[in-house]
Amino acid sequence: MTAATSPVSAAVLAAPTITDTPPDIDYWLLAPMLVVFAAGVVAVLFEAFVPRARRRATQLTLALAALASAFVLTVLQVGSLPEGEAGTTVAFGSVAVDRVGLFLQGTILVLAFVSLLLIAENRRGESAFAAQAAAVPGSEEERGHVLAGSQHTEVYPLVLFAVLGMQLFPVSNDFLTMFIALEVMSLPLYLLCGLARRRRLFSQEAAVKYFLLGAFSSAFFLFGIALVYGYAGAVNFADVAAAVEAGGSPMFDGGGEPLLLIGIALVGVGLLFKVGAVPFHNWKPDVYQGAPTPITALMASCTLVAAFGALLRVFYTAFGGSVEAWRPMLWTVAILTMVLAAVVAVTQRDIKRLLAYSSVVHAGFVLTAVVAASPEGLAGAMFYLAAYGFTTIGAFAVVTLVRTHETGPEAGELAQWAGLGRTSPMLAGALALFLLAFAGIPLTSGFIGKFAVFEAAMAAGATPLVVVGVLSSAVTAYFYVRIIVLMFFSEPAESAPRVLPAGLLTGSAIAAGVVATVVLGVFPTPVLDHLVPQPGEERSEPAVATADGFTR
Amino acid sequence: MTDIPWLTLAIALPALGGLGVALLPRERAELAKRVTLGTTLAVLVLVAAMATAFTPGGERLQFTEVHPWIPRFGVSYAVGVDGIALLLILMSAVLVPLVVLAAWRENDDADDRGKGYFALILVLEAMMIGVFAATDVFLFYVFFEAMLIPVYFMIGRYGRGPDRRRAAVKFLLYSLLGGLLMLVAVIGVYVYGGTFLWSDLVGAEGGLAGLDTGTARWLFLGFFIAFAIKAPMWPLHTWLPTAAGSSRPGTAVLLVGVLDKVGTYGMLRYCLEMFPAAAAWFVWPVVVLSLVSIVYGAVLAIGQSDMLRLVAFTSVSHFGFITLGIFAMTSQGQSGAALYMVNHGFATGALFLVVGFLIARRGSAAIADYQGVQKAAPVLAGVFLVAGLGGLALPGLSPFVSEFLVFIGTFSVLPVPAVIAAVGVVLAALYILWMYQRTMTGPLPEEHRGFTDLSGREVWAVGPLIALIVLFGVYPQPLLDAIAPAVEETMVRLDATDPAPALGGADLSADGQEGETE
Repeated sequence: MTAATSPVSAAVLAAPTITDTPPDIDYWLLAPMLVVFAAGVVAVLFEAFVPRARRRATQLTLALAALASAFVLTVLQVGSLPEGEAGTTVAFGSVAVDRVGLFLQGTILVLAFVSLLLIAENRRGESAFAAQAAAVPGSEEERGHVLAGSQHTEVYPLVLFAVLGMQLFPVSNDFLTMFIALEVMSLPLYLLCGLARRRRLFSQEAAVKYFLLGAFSSAFFLFGIALVYGYAGAVNFADVAAAVEAGGSPMFDGGGEPLLLIGIALVGVGLLFKVGAVPFHNWKPDVYQGAPTPITALMASCTLVAAFGALLRVFYTAFGGSVEAWRPMLWTVAILTMVLAAVVAVTQRDIKRLLAYSSVVHAGFVLTAVVAASPEGLAGAMFYLAAYGFTTIGAFAVVTLVRTHETGPEAGELAQWAGLGRTSPMLAGALALFLLAFAGIPLTSGFIGKFAVFEAAMAAGATPLVVVGVLSSAVTAYFYVRIIVLMFFSEPAESAPRVLPAGLLTGSAIAAGVVATVVLGVFPTPVLDHLVPQPGEERSEPAVATADGFTR
Repeated sequence: MTDIPWLTLAIALPALGGLGVALLPRERAELAKRVTLGTTLAVLVLVAAMATAFTPGGERLQFTEVHPWIPRFGVSYAVGVDGIALLLILMSAVLVPLVVLAAWRENDDADDRGKGYFALILVLEAMMIGVFAATDVFLFYVFFEAMLIPVYFMIGRYGRGPDRRRAAVKFLLYSLLGGLLMLVAVIGVYVYGGTFLWSDLVGAEGGLAGLDTGTARWLFLGFFIAFAIKAPMWPLHTWLPTAAGSSRPGTAVLLVGVLDKVGTYGMLRYCLEMFPAAAAWFVWPVVVLSLVSIVYGAVLAIGQSDMLRLVAFTSVSHFGFITLGIFAMTSQGQSGAALYMVNHGFATGALFLVVGFLIARRGSAAIADYQGVQKAAPVLAGVFLVAGLGGLALPGLSPFVSEFLVFIGTFSVLPVPAVIAAVGVVLAALYILWMYQRTMTGPLPEEHRGFTDLSGREVWAVGPLIALIVLFGVYPQPLLDAIAPAVEETMVRLDATDPAPALGGADLSADGQEGETE
């Protein structure tokens, strides 16, 4: 980029001119997202036109079919990527289609599919969602709706739109697209959080909290974008990266460092909030606890993948040239996240809050790989996210089955779980497996994931971070193991919980978790090999692609 | 080499057996026991057959198999054994069926009538063989950590007493902490050494040869702390008495007899050979800790009122001898230490089993609950005495040979520590004989009249161990022949030489002979 004479002219130069020619977009490359989007729109129409009695079945079929076909399209696109290239961009460079993005999208789709099974679970006409969200909790009106068997099938289009946002988030190739994706992803989630059938006030509080804090963090993100635009004169990652690598702003004749640094920090805040890293983690326990558990599962798996995907893309491509500037910041955040969350988690007495804090700790582990800023780090983070996603959905699926009594709410109190291993050995065994995977015991996917991220961090010279990581793993192991002790080694509690039969949908979700946890733990090679281009596949045009598999 | 994948079979057989037992319905607990015993005996036969195919003095690692497992991390499924590993695998294969036999009725009152316990034993056996057979550092780590889980359930679910939950958690967290520190070192080995294959890492040409001093010391420490927790070495031993005291005696046999050996084995195989210079630098601290372990373990053993805890503390003392022998850096010391691992497994295993028989009769492990047992159950008392005398290294019994070798190997280079260690021998006589005196001798109280002697099953469980203790006490040569080549190679790696033969011959076999003739 040539040195500009004045900020104004540079801005004019950088502005895309799209008015003259009709947009030429390769829709095939966007097909996975378009399918989900179209399904979401159709689902809204279904709400209007399909009779109430058949709505749930229709919506579920549509949603599952949409996610499945989007996944197939994603896989097809991986196959059609040109040999020896990381990928390409589409829609004026605003969306990247590369191996990393496609892997993340595929992961999100599969995880969303499994979560959807949980969301769709329906026992004797009773789902996890409020009969009528607009009715005041505890009112006559609410009771009327419950008795009438009303259901919110709007949940399905909302989930589809959220998934659309998640798909777009990690493949956005400019800051504005990314911001839109962020909002598309978040808004339906805010709503879904408030729809719990039981403990509705908790649920609504969670939704409001999530919304307010989320809006706040979006503002940070947007302000950061503005500053970065001020520095680079562009929102496209490739142009930002070019400006960063040139070592100075084209708008300020090579200066403007502070603008960039503050911009990086604010964009980082927005993304780290979605990831749930300390000190931006406060929403997680409340929201995870208050939201309907199937939605918690969706957020804990898919949202995390999407948010980390976006974080990785922004920091590896747009800010890839200033690694030294952001690395100390992420170091600090990673250490805080791993230490604080692990310590606080020890004191938790509620299973969902505990899993929420555990999710924060795991975000810290993934951050150690982000800090590495290397292809290994990228691959490690992606593997970790995929492995963690399946395990965490499985864990939340188990939570949905353990109730205080036959028709009661979920038994969140850990003390009530005592002796579960004796009364329901299969269910408790599955949860024990998930917990051991969280703890990173070998022969589970959690161990391979941990190894991958720590290996990347250490290879990048972040040994202290790895030491903090393993120590915090030891702390986390304490509370995971404590649950196993409760379930298997304690006598059943007086107020023994009632375990619902798993049913086809929830059962499949748990089974998917078990299978993924074991298979990824014992035979991770097929997945790992897809994550990073093999040495022979190294691309030859450094101008378009960074060395770590992203396309700008 | 042979084409039979001995080691893979020896790992797969108990693993599949364990799976099969776990899948049996709850009502078929009797069948589960039989399947378990059959499987463990089959493993023993398999391992014994493998041992006959082993060539002492041949290649260092035999029966090697290498298959890529996770190529992205350079991880292979690589197994192979040297003499030491082979002996430890043999020892495990001998101990497991005996434990199954001894535990036959132990869990009949559990809600699954012990089916789960037997499945766990089989899974654990697979992992024990795997951990000794692994020649890939990553694979070793996988077994090292994964074997905690079955033991954790064996203590927490099937253990004894109200403290078993706490004991199981303490055991797991201690081990996990050590294991996680080791994980850092394992990653470090890969980052600096470029591979996980042990044989490519060690030696002057190995991947770790060019490591700078500081890094090597840190990596050494990462491994060493994990092994010291496992071994266990003072001051990281506190989990062992709790765990052993809350275990079924059968669990304690496997825990102390086999699992803890992974620690000392790891020191010998990984700490010393991968980081020889760092190991040499750490000799004094380790020797001091070993001495503290020897004396401290023995003193605390004397003060115990619970027999399981007592035996656990004697093991802390014995593991002090083993580490002392390893870090004396002489071939006698290391041969003695390697031999000690095997002998200790048999002797302590026998002691734990006998204590288990006592518990089965009176439901208590407290010394105060027994008196004059000899009069009611002479065979039991006799077995107890022989096992105990093995524990205090009486000449003619196998632990003596190894302890003697450790002393020779240590005295020639570290005379003062050797003298201090001798205190442990004196104390050993005290704790064993005093326990024997209090429980077995004296008048038989009225309420003990119904005390029965060993049943046929129990004789079969402990008899083979007594036989082995006596046999290897008189004729340890085959074991030493298997150990010697591995130790020699370690010495070369360490660049250490034995001191001038003040004892008339530094030749290993000569010392071994001397050991039993004196």
